[in-house]
Amino acid sequence: MLIEKKLTIQNEQGLHARPAAIFVQIANKYESDIVVRKGRQEVNGKSIMGLLTLAAEKGAKLHIKANGPDAKEAVEDLEKVILGETP
Amino acid sequence: MSLKGIPASPGIAVGKAFLFDTRQLIATEKDIKQDAISSEIARFEEALIKTRSEILAIQKKISHEMGTQHAEIFNAHLLVLEDRMLIEEVIEGLKKELKCVEYIFSKVIGKYIKVFSKMDDEYLKERTSDIEDVGKRILKNLIGAQEKTLSDLEEQVIVVAYDLSPSDTANMHKKNVIGFVTDIGGRTSHTAIMAKSLEIPAVVGLEKATVKIKTGDILIVDGADGIVIINPDKLTLKKYEAKQQKFVAFEKTLLDFKDTLAATIDGHRVEVSANIELPDEVSSVIAHGAEGIGLYRTEFLYMNRNDVPDEEEQFEAYKKVAAKLSKSPVIIRTLDLGGDKFLSQLKVPHEMNPFLGWRAIRFCLAKPEIFKVQLRAILRASVFGNVKIMFPMISGLGELRQAIKVLDEAKQELRNKKMNFNQDMEVGAMIEIPSAALTCDLLAKEVDFFSIGTNDLIQYSLAVDRANEKIAYLYRPTHPAVLRLIKNIIDSGHKENIWVGMCGEMAAESGFVLILLGLGLDEFSMSPVTIPEMKYVISNVKFEDARKIAEEAMTLPTGEEVEAFANKRLNELIPWLKKTKKQ
Repeated sequence: MLIEKKLTIQNEQGLHARPAAIFVQIANKYESDIVVRKGRQEVNGKSIMGLLTLAAEKGAKLHIKANGPDAKEAVEDLEKVILGETP
Repeated sequence: MSLKGIPASPGIAVGKAFLFDTRQLIATEKDIKQDAISSEIARFEEALIKTRSEILAIQKKISHEMGTQHAEIFNAHLLVLEDRMLIEEVIEGLKKELKCVEYIFSKVIGKYIKVFSKMDDEYLKERTSDIEDVGKRILKNLIGAQEKTLSDLEEQVIVVAYDLSPSDTANMHKKNVIGFVTDIGGRTSHTAIMAKSLEIPAVVGLEKATVKIKTGDILIVDGADGIVIINPDKLTLKKYEAKQQKFVAFEKTLLDFKDTLAATIDGHRVEVSANIELPDEVSSVIAHGAEGIGLYRTEFLYMNRNDVPDEEEQFEAYKKVAAKLSKSPVIIRTLDLGGDKFLSQLKVPHEMNPFLGWRAIRFCLAKPEIFKVQLRAILRASVFGNVKIMFPMISGLGELRQAIKVLDEAKQELRNKKMNFNQDMEVGAMIEIPSAALTCDLLAKEVDFFSIGTNDLIQYSLAVDRANEKIAYLYRPTHPAVLRLIKNIIDSGHKENIWVGMCGEMAAESGFVLILLGLGLDEFSMSPVTIPEMKYVISNVKFEDARKIAEEAMTLPTGEEVEAFANKRLNELIPWLKKTKKQ
């Protein structure tokens, strides 16, 4: 199953520090491969280093792509992080 | 495999290596074969697991001591450590480049560090240090260096290091160190002096010891020949164990001569005394038959602490040694910090040329408030024994007069407080700078004795950094320039009726001792362990012969020829020494 979603970062801190750490921790709970894309840059969503190199600030537009048996749940959970809610 | 370096302290040690590396970690590039990939990956995983448990342990400790808030940062460290992209890139790199994992890893982590440090975002920029931190930990675990200090060694080891600083050895668990092996350094570097004072074998200047040797390797250290053998076979091991026993027996035999009077066959009397670094060494000084302490270094009081030692603490340290030696002389050298030793709490700026910089007496004269505390403590200790004071690194008469003036002020302060001290305490100058050696006729008029510091005198006269192994071959105590300076110092001193001693390593080489004896040196000060041998040498030659040897040595054109000549004459006059030593 492949799920894709376009999101705008609502979190004040952008996808830095704690939000990025939480994102990675959640992404790692799922079996699906997770890819995050900002513009032309695409990184592994389970990698903090990858995510941080995106330097995604508030207002940045991200594509989240999950591919695997639990893709739907994964994207739903990760969406909450991007929107600034604690899942 | 065996490595050849500079022999720094005699004896043979056989034991396990302990790699003590405080430098930046450098992964060397090494090719691997296709079938080694899986074992390299396994090493990588092992290092990651080890790093993880290290980080968890630190996190626990910090959160316990400082609160969970401060421990938060380590969550970020753990995330970096477990980062999939990072791990995958390393494994990909391994397969593609066929290089050892530490090399690939440092390349990958280096790439990330570069990316992060260039980011516009301040927060992300700061993350660079987290990545660096984790990267270093992993690399350290890959290479096998351990983050232990030398204070918690659990078993007997041979310490292998790039270099050992005074602060490394000050904290060292001395009973568990049976040998030193270092990449840099010469015969008179701190490591060598420390090894001699601990009576353990040492080889320095091996250049690549820390690259070739891993923690846990079995080593043979031959401190007399400057050889280190890594993981020897049984036969070699047996051979060296036999050699070790012979060396111990030789030392034991020599110990019989410890109470010999230091006088030549024809009755010329000299004094043989000891150099010490720590008050605890006094027992060794007495056990080896020293007639006094020719050099009591005081730097130990100032190192590894966050404050300056007060007068009482210093007084106790000096008094302890003075009282134990009772009537025998104890020459206390005032603070000689700088160069290879520096003070942690006094912010001494980094210098391009520390040996030519703000150190020793220069530092003390600029900081009279620190200097006077030491002077008062030494003066007060002078009541409890035969204490003399010596100023290091005097470059000329002006400086010497300034130092004596501060000493006089310290005396006046004690008088004002009605405190006792020996009014006639002898004051000496260490002669270790060529400018002082050439003007010692002037200096001799204003002090009670000279002590020649050959380690620095040689380094300054020959322009040879004594810690640099690449030019170690140029460091030659018998260079005609050095001999001429020494002769001038002794002659100038005697002209003014003051005695002249030597507290450098040169005074502990049997062959050189013959020349020095012949030149008229009055006092020989050295590591306690070498005292019995020098007493044996001195008491088995005629002063007349020594004078002839010195006379001829002064005519020889190169240091090599002087050295060969001195050793040849030594063997002719005292054949027993070489025979027993080499057996």
